[in-house]
Amino acid sequence: MEHSHEEIKKHVRKYIFVFVALMALTVITVVVSYLHLTITTAVIVALFIATIKGSLVAAYFMHLISEKKVIYITLLFTVFFFIGLIVLTMTAFHDQVMIPHVS
Amino acid sequence: MQIPHTIEHHPETGLYNAKVGIWLFLASEVMLFGALFTSYILLRIGAPTWPHGWEELNIPLATVNTVVLIASSVTMVMSWASLMMKDFKKYKMYMGITVLCGLIFLVIKAFEYGAKFEHHHFPSTNNFFATYFTLTGLHGLHVIGGIIVNAYFWGPGSKMWKTEPQRFINRIEVAGLYWHFVDLVWIFLFPSLYLL
Repeated sequence: MEHSHEEIKKHVRKYIFVFVALMALTVITVVVSYLHLTITTAVIVALFIATIKGSLVAAYFMHLISEKKVIYITLLFTVFFFIGLIVLTMTAFHDQVMIPHVS
Repeated sequence: MQIPHTIEHHPETGLYNAKVGIWLFLASEVMLFGALFTSYILLRIGAPTWPHGWEELNIPLATVNTVVLIASSVTMVMSWASLMMKDFKKYKMYMGITVLCGLIFLVIKAFEYGAKFEHHHFPSTNNFFATYFTLTGLHGLHVIGGIIVNAYFWGPGSKMWKTEPQRFINRIEVAGLYWHFVDLVWIFLFPSLYLL
């Protein structure tokens, strides 16, 4: 990667901004957990905040916001298989469980 | 033998090889943690009762650990930025803090585990603790791995800065990608295990 001194300084300012955002979101997610919301609402809120935090880390610290095509393609496959992994596992709920007949 | 494309970009990918390599590795890591995470969801939904994380686990300690790990991610990326600005002294400082934060995370985790064992909570106690120990344990092993690599680049590995500076910058970028991933996993583990 070719970056000028000035560009890197700009990056550093972004990193500090992301750091502050991550800290704020951590506080929010902990405070929300003390409200003891219903489990469905709590899961949605917690995972929503975690996804924002995760995206910030991936986009800025891992430089995904400006990466080469080959990395995006790799991650597209990863997302596909990751979703497949979850969905296929969850279908287990529809399995017909055979309970042995005890006489 | 010369390792190809450590600095100059590969014509097919437009990247140095290690970067493609680490991303492929991280993709496999997504599947590893994904499988365990999915098992957790399945076990939890299928269980007649499941304790809330905040009833069984120490939220203040885990929150401190979250802050420590996020801070270490920032210092990691700052160490890379310092090298890009050719400031080796700052690199040493930021990388040193990164390693230190990793160690603090492990010490806090050890206290947490110790408290659980004192209360006779083991992986064999129930599915909740089995999930908790498996997920945080595997994550902890990743932290240990990252600390070893980062400590090497802080110490003996940093000699490369004098001989092949660009290759060293690339190494730090790759080590950083791994470290940020470990942070990212924790960002999801923390709310799912402790806060729900």
